Amino acid sequence: MLKGWKEIPIGGMILEPGNSVNFKTGDWRAMKPVIDKNKCIKCLMCWTFCPEPAIIRHEDNSVDINYDFCKGCGICAKVCPRKAITMVPEGE
Amino acid sequence: MGKVLGLMGNEAVAYAVKQSNVDVIAAYPITPQTIIVERLSEFVANGELDAAFVPVESEHSALSCCVGASLAGARVFTASASQGIALMFEITFIASSMRCPIVMAIVNRAFSAPINIHCSHDDTVALRDASWVHLISESVQEAYDNAIQAFKIAEDSRVLLPTSISLDGFILSHCLERIEVLDNKVVSDFLPPRKAEYKLDPEKPITFGPLALQDYYFEFKRQQEEAMRNALSVVKEVGKKYGEISGRTYGTVKKFMTDDADVVLVCMGTVAGTARVVARSLRKEGKKVGVLSIRLFRPFPAQDVVEALRNAKAVAVIDRSSAPGCIGGPLFEDICTALYDLPEKPLTYNIIAGLGGRDITPEHIKQIYNTGYKYIKEGKVLEKVLWVGVR
Repeated sequence: MLKGWKEIPIGGMILEPGNSVNFKTGDWRAMKPVIDKNKCIKCLMCWTFCPEPAIIRHEDNSVDINYDFCKGCGICAKVCPRKAITMVPEGE
Repeated sequence: MGKVLGLMGNEAVAYAVKQSNVDVIAAYPITPQTIIVERLSEFVANGELDAAFVPVESEHSALSCCVGASLAGARVFTASASQGIALMFEITFIASSMRCPIVMAIVNRAFSAPINIHCSHDDTVALRDASWVHLISESVQEAYDNAIQAFKIAEDSRVLLPTSISLDGFILSHCLERIEVLDNKVVSDFLPPRKAEYKLDPEKPITFGPLALQDYYFEFKRQQEEAMRNALSVVKEVGKKYGEISGRTYGTVKKFMTDDADVVLVCMGTVAGTARVVARSLRKEGKKVGVLSIRLFRPFPAQDVVEALRNAKAVAVIDRSSAPGCIGGPLFEDICTALYDLPEKPLTYNIIAGLGGRDITPEHIKQIYNTGYKYIKEGKVLEKVLWVGVR
């Protein structure tokens, strides 16, 4: 998957725009947000405040978390008015 | 072909840079800066040179400005010396790692303290690991010739590394010499406008200088090493092509009576001229001595050095800079490393001389050669590092 020195542009140049999506930051996470869908009222506070943004908003305003990019900062859990998001240690 | 002018080293470099049609010059004007950029600012002001001259607030900013301009696709030049180079240090690595073919003149001046401003090679050798191509000049003519070749080398797609041209402070920078300059047209044909394959362009957005961690940093360093290896042949190629337009062909080292020499003196910069004069007179006395002058300091031309020194019985290396605590000076360590694999090695010894502009006289050179003969007679090196000319 990772390329060798002959296969990449020189000097760290990135030749096409928008390729930060290839840089999965999810493995930085120590704590993982978990949504209790029964408590969620679809207010989208988490979606608004997520700095990444790693909250996936569906048609009906229900939400999921994109764990490929969620860094586990915990802002979503903090702003949720119904405490529907809990932070649990990775691996549990 | 061309014309003959009387120019100081500083003026000769400025003249060459003007002829090379640079787009951007960024420089800080105060000591230890030299007249090189002052002349260039005059050329820009009076319309002789169509370039942007950016007077910045420090050498750190000067090189930073050069990095930006180079990434925008411009042909870029700056100059500095001693403390200025020290202040630039952080950006020198960034310039090479971001593959900016900037050309910089380094007027070799001693690092403070004490404040000195005269010739030592401290500034150039401090950048030996910065992934820059370093060309050394022995004369004003060479400084002029190196400046033009430097753009060609730096901008070659196989290299794309910043390139410095060094000239000894005051001994060359402020001394008038008769030199031959090329016609503008000849230089323009040799150096057509730079065509950067990758550059800052709003129409085609690309990213320069991103983060690369454990996953890719290593690969980018390997690429730089490859560019340096390529530079070795590009320097020779350009030196040959330059010979075709000027009659002055350049290689990586300059040999003088080395083929059959018992003692060879290796050095960089102006001292080579003094050494050749002494070598010639010692030859008349029947002493087989030679001189090897290093023109390309990085990439280090190890193979050419070994070829030139393999038959010598003793090799003296002059370092015009000190490296306290090291085995010897930086050039000495390079030479010893290059010779290490020879089955029969010459005796090697290091001379620290000429620091802070102290003259290296013919008497000193004679003393250095005589030391070589003494070591050959003894069959061993009695003292590895000698400070010559110090009280």
